Amino acid sequence: MSLSLTDIRKSFKDDTVLDGVSLEVPTGKTLVLFGPSGAGKTVLLRLIAGVIEPDAGVVEIAGRNMSGVEPEDRGIGMAFQNFALFPHMSALDNIASPLTAQKQSKSAIQSGVQSLARLLKIEHVLGHKPKELSNGQKQRTALARALAGKPEVLLLDDPLRNVDAKLRFEMRLELPRLIKDQNATVIYVTQDYKEAMAFGDEIAVINDGRIQQIGTPEQVYLTPANTDIARLFGDPVINLLEVTPQMGASGPFVAVSDQPVPLPASHSGDIDRPCILGLRPEALSFASPETPGTIPMTVETEAPLNEKTVTLAVTARGREIMLSRPAGTPGPRSGPAHMVINASAALLFDRATGELIQGTTDAQAQGKVA
Amino acid sequence: MHKASVLERTLRGIALTLVIFFFMFPIFWIFLMSFQTNETILRVPPSMIFEPTLTNYRSLISGTLEGSTATLEIRFMSNLYNSLFLSVTSVTVGLLLGVPAAYAFAKLKFRGSEDIAFTLLSFRFAPPLLVLLPLTIYFQKIGLADTYLGLIWVYQLIVLPLILWIVRGYFEDIPSDIEYAHRIAGHGFWSTFTKIALPLAGPGIAAAGLLAFIFAWNNFIFALVLASADKQPVTVGALAFITASGINYGQIAAGIMLSIAPTFALALYAQRYLVEGLSLGAVKG
Repeated sequence: MSLSLTDIRKSFKDDTVLDGVSLEVPTGKTLVLFGPSGAGKTVLLRLIAGVIEPDAGVVEIAGRNMSGVEPEDRGIGMAFQNFALFPHMSALDNIASPLTAQKQSKSAIQSGVQSLARLLKIEHVLGHKPKELSNGQKQRTALARALAGKPEVLLLDDPLRNVDAKLRFEMRLELPRLIKDQNATVIYVTQDYKEAMAFGDEIAVINDGRIQQIGTPEQVYLTPANTDIARLFGDPVINLLEVTPQMGASGPFVAVSDQPVPLPASHSGDIDRPCILGLRPEALSFASPETPGTIPMTVETEAPLNEKTVTLAVTARGREIMLSRPAGTPGPRSGPAHMVINASAALLFDRATGELIQGTTDAQAQGKVA
Repeated sequence: MHKASVLERTLRGIALTLVIFFFMFPIFWIFLMSFQTNETILRVPPSMIFEPTLTNYRSLISGTLEGSTATLEIRFMSNLYNSLFLSVTSVTVGLLLGVPAAYAFAKLKFRGSEDIAFTLLSFRFAPPLLVLLPLTIYFQKIGLADTYLGLIWVYQLIVLPLILWIVRGYFEDIPSDIEYAHRIAGHGFWSTFTKIALPLAGPGIAAAGLLAFIFAWNNFIFALVLASADKQPVTVGALAFITASGINYGQIAAGIMLSIAPTFALALYAQRYLVEGLSLGAVKG
């Protein structure tokens, strides 16, 4: 069932939490709601679930206006960030809760719970109370409860937030398949850009109660609408350098350590405008000093992550720069070095507003996601 | 957790023994008195060695008080029954009214809810004597004086604020997410109240009920003014032991033993639930 929000507003006392949020999620698609804590993600989910009412705006599920419809009548499944298991019931009764509400027969409930428990590998703890479960088991129980009623709209509020790293990694692999199998319309809330990229058909970035960008994971990663989103998406974090575009013989360019980095011709109108240049660490690579256009710098330190190696370096102007390269490829560990910039992957933002200056986008379509 | 040293444990044991002795000795002494006659109770110096007798209990249960000069009819057993009836009914009514109200005050913040809750609590501020005189006049006018119904009604002044404020706190401690989860799973408001809120606030409701029962049981002044002999609870009925011909300490002691027995038993029974409830750590999930 499709889900649509139109101009949702919600304040608590004088605190505006949601300030005109509109969203569309087509049937069977997964929308990731991404944003920092306090952005209004959880409040938005509760509004959709119907446990709180918006001050203004319309929530529609399958084209039906949900205002005044009680939570139990909305056909929604929800997993809470803090699990919200019923502490006085066994895991089995927790999972069975949506089925008992649907007045299913004992045997149907039993088999429904069993098959979900098998899928989520919690069969052996079905008789346990929540306090006897590990965090991972609680999380799976909460997920099973959300799925048990075969809801057509599934709301997942950062379900991997409170579980340990190993389980989070496993669930990041399992969960998308599990969600797809449900054929449900899903809103998945997270603060983790990797989860957002992995799960979402679309990502909606929310901050300060407003949707800042909606797009496919690739769009959000390659053309973040502003510097905040650029910073939130990507690890290591994007390099942001203050620059001022100039006009050269072959078109507009910005200078990084006195080396020109060419910009698309569409930026001709942005000459002398105070800007911020966004360079993903993977758009920077080491080069021999003889290569024309290289930028000299000093390598400070190197951090090997599992699949890539991140280098922190300082340019001649004292600006810190991070470079990333696939693990196992050679690179300097310390001392002087040179880098080249993949100019086609550079992003230009307005310095005053932080907004992306359109025009940088065209060349991006072919860019690669790290 | 560090392991207590031998010295620490010994000192703690001594301290506990002293505290228990201090609080329990009077009750223990009354227990002994209830099996003695006035002569053995009043001898100097007092002694714990005596020949136990059941005459005190026998005369209380049979209802005839054998004084040194005359025989007196007392209604101790019917007083005990009155106490039991009034307390149980008052607490039941109090719980039926107070628990849903507490839930409303805790979870459904409506306009004026704080003011109403506070007004209810303020019943406990006023000294009972302040309201007794007008209350007596009203009750006589509308025919509620000297009725069980009237007494139970007045007892709500004691019981209801207590239940409301204790239980409200327990309801407030239940995370809203747990109730939301139950609603979203497809259960209605009433089912969420009975299946989630009530069980999770269970220990609090038990504690409030127990306290309310004790307060109702111990009430003296309302019953003294508003009830006649046949509806009096033990607290008022005990006055009968102070007679012109002397004070029957043995019978008073036996009467005390009988009248604390229900609350004592209830406390022992409910204590398990209280401890269980506190150690459940339930609500944190």
